[in-house]
Amino acid sequence: MKAKLALWTTGMLAAAVAAFSVNVSAHSEHEGKAVKSGEQDELVIYTSRKEHLVKPLFEQYTAKTGTQIRYITDKAGPLIARLETEGQNTPADMLITVDAGNLWQASSKNLLQPVESTVLENNIPAHLRSEQKDWYGLSVRARTLVYASDRLKESDLVGYEDLADSRWKGRLCLRTSKKVYNQSLVATMIERLGEEKTEQVVQGWVNNLAAPVFSNDTKAMQAVAAGVCDVTVVNTYYFGRLQKKNPDTNLKVFWANQSAEGENSSGVHVNISGAGVTRHAGNPAGAQAFLEWMSTEEAQRIIADMNMEYPAKADSQPSDVVGSWGEFRADDLNVAAAGAKQARAIQLMDKVSYK
Amino acid sequence: MLSGQGNYSWPVTLFGLLITALILFPVGSLLFSWRDVQVEIWQHMLSTQLPELIGNTLILVAGVAVGVTVLGTSLAALISLCDFPGRRWLEWALMLPFAVPAYVLAFVYLGLFDFSSPLQGWMRNNIEGFTWLDIRTPFGVIAILVLVFYPYVYMLARGAFQGQSRSLFEASRLLGMSPWRTFFRVTLPVARPAIAGGVILAVMETLADFGTVSVFNYNTFTTAIYKAWFGFFNLQAAAQLATLLLAFIVLILMFEKSFKGQVGLSQSERQRLNKRHRLSGSKAWLATGFSCLIFALAFVLPVIQLLYWVITDALQDFDTRYWQLLFHTLALSSSAALITVAVACMIILGKRFQPGWFTSFVEKAGNIGYALPGSLLAVSVMMLFGFLDNELIIPVKEWLGLPAEQLLLGSLFALLLAYMIRFLAVALKPVSAAFERVRPAMHEAARILGHKPASVARRVYLPLVMPGLLTAMLLVFVDVLKEMPATLLMRPFGWDTFAVRIHEMTAEGEWERAALPAISLIVAGLIPVILLIRRSRIET
Repeated sequence: MKAKLALWTTGMLAAAVAAFSVNVSAHSEHEGKAVKSGEQDELVIYTSRKEHLVKPLFEQYTAKTGTQIRYITDKAGPLIARLETEGQNTPADMLITVDAGNLWQASSKNLLQPVESTVLENNIPAHLRSEQKDWYGLSVRARTLVYASDRLKESDLVGYEDLADSRWKGRLCLRTSKKVYNQSLVATMIERLGEEKTEQVVQGWVNNLAAPVFSNDTKAMQAVAAGVCDVTVVNTYYFGRLQKKNPDTNLKVFWANQSAEGENSSGVHVNISGAGVTRHAGNPAGAQAFLEWMSTEEAQRIIADMNMEYPAKADSQPSDVVGSWGEFRADDLNVAAAGAKQARAIQLMDKVSYK
Repeated sequence: MLSGQGNYSWPVTLFGLLITALILFPVGSLLFSWRDVQVEIWQHMLSTQLPELIGNTLILVAGVAVGVTVLGTSLAALISLCDFPGRRWLEWALMLPFAVPAYVLAFVYLGLFDFSSPLQGWMRNNIEGFTWLDIRTPFGVIAILVLVFYPYVYMLARGAFQGQSRSLFEASRLLGMSPWRTFFRVTLPVARPAIAGGVILAVMETLADFGTVSVFNYNTFTTAIYKAWFGFFNLQAAAQLATLLLAFIVLILMFEKSFKGQVGLSQSERQRLNKRHRLSGSKAWLATGFSCLIFALAFVLPVIQLLYWVITDALQDFDTRYWQLLFHTLALSSSAALITVAVACMIILGKRFQPGWFTSFVEKAGNIGYALPGSLLAVSVMMLFGFLDNELIIPVKEWLGLPAEQLLLGSLFALLLAYMIRFLAVALKPVSAAFERVRPAMHEAARILGHKPASVARRVYLPLVMPGLLTAMLLVFVDVLKEMPATLLMRPFGWDTFAVRIHEMTAEGEWERAALPAISLIVAGLIPVILLIRRSRIET
């Protein structure tokens, strides 16, 4: 019995290995053909965007141009480390990721190459791309306030800095400072207000917290809905997702910092998802063509609408659902500032125990 | 034959050096990071968070260690020494939580019990004065980790209880000790090495855990390591922080012997403790109730919640690609299991036939990979293979006139090696126990009776060690199923697994859509877990 079981299991395992080594040899033949550098109809992409958000985009491009796209997904940190390790032998032609901070890092580690393109310059506004032209924003993500409309009026709210006011004591929920979205928000505040003022604001937030910070935006909004607190700061697409699931939610979007002048006039904090061609791309021309296509209306529709974000292309409109949350004026500070000040922002948040 | 101390034959030396190099490279690269001390980050950490992080980590480790010891040992004792209603199916049911990844249990429990859960909604509406209750407490994190890690202790302790010699128990009873005293004075001390082994595995998993603590936003040393990397983009500072973690683990491994105690009984065969103490009345129902409660909390409840989410949120993801994911997951796990156990066997055999400091060192070193945070280990293994590709393989290929492509990075081979480095510790314990069953006298008797080494291997070793090797393979199999960071970073193009899908869904907070890959992972993990149970039942 013992021996039989052992044999059976080993046999099963061996069969699995045999089956997949066949699969692998078939695969590596394909690979041999594929990675031949400079081959024009093949692109290799490293992306931190979720597969279900990028796959339709890749498929559309393949259907249109015949270019095959192979990709791996992972977090931005490990992908950047991998590009660094692989150096000039990297198979990757392009890096697609979210948050300007990540793109700024890749750029400052010299992993991306400049792309001269009038198409991209015409389509993507200057504050959503790098000055060195080595990465371009592809969609815009707005981080603003979401509040409980049954407990607050729109006129009660002003913006980010105002949430530090003592009248919000015990009424604020926030996501963890470990998330890059909050790091970028505070980084742009440092750029705008200076460190001293920013520290006061963040300290004020911490003092006003109703509950320990949350691990994601959705949980923070659910806490507002459940009455734990009255207001929170989130990326709008998370609100969109929640609204889609629960259409009669008591939550509403408020556009922050929209005052005509003075302290609260900076506009809504925005960040991007974006892409750059890798420094050692085997197929830079193909990568540039794909990057340019992603900035066109056709691709922008997919990129923005798949995740309820805003298109980066200057004259492109958001989807109906996203548009229904109202229009807003965005902060036109170059998003690269988020990268440059990110480390300072984290230190500042640690200092005031924003966890 | 069994040669003396310190004289190693060249195959043992070569293999030992190769494996040690492979395993110690990640550690070496961590130590090497100190050549450039990241003063700014250290000062910042020291002045802000470090004391709190160390405190949090110690509380977590202590809580989990105590929790898994009590829960694992008491369940194992009930199941192996007593008889009560439902014992037969609970015996294997209590192993099933092993197939549930910790991060999955964490997000399921938040979904079940936090502010926005139907439960708290109901309580708000029906209980006067109730507003909300935060379950994201240290106790909450510890409870989650105990529920997923207790099977390590349960499994090993159960084996030790059931394998105990009957004569030992009878001697104690004849000397006038009560059953309780016998349990605490005889049965438990004899099982201590097994229990300690399980607790050490659980503690190492706890130290490396990132998923659960980040779902609960409980800051530990591991979260600080990731902050240094993903926030400050300072991989060096992350590596330096990780060396502290490493020091802690080395400390644990050094004291492993004293945790295990000095008991070194060689158990005589065929006289197993097979008569269970029959519980009656309320005692019996208490035992059944306790076991059922743990089983329900660690397995039934999360599985029901996941199934519910699959139906409400994730059915659209059930397409043709699903079968591909299943195939990738199973193929990677089974090959990694074979390779890892093969390497573990070679290490243990090396130590057995040529005992000495070198072979013991190789065995100790094999444990390191298990306790490092997964992503950090993955990245240093990736760097090793990247370095070999760039400095060795590509120049050689160019010299041979072949295209300058990477051979290791992004290959299945590299990924499987990464799994081996990570999970060698899991295989080493059962493999080592398996070979201990072959007493040197047996080996020598067979040789004296004229059997050639090959025949000794086939007729003495194989039948005796095979069950232990299978246990090791199944354990590694389940661990590889759940592995996420190395798979993400090093998989060949297109080789997505269930764990990769879970990452894609949870990274943006879509917990409900992660339910389909999560439940699939659990079901895939159940097959080996059930085999494991059946196997150990046959064995005893």
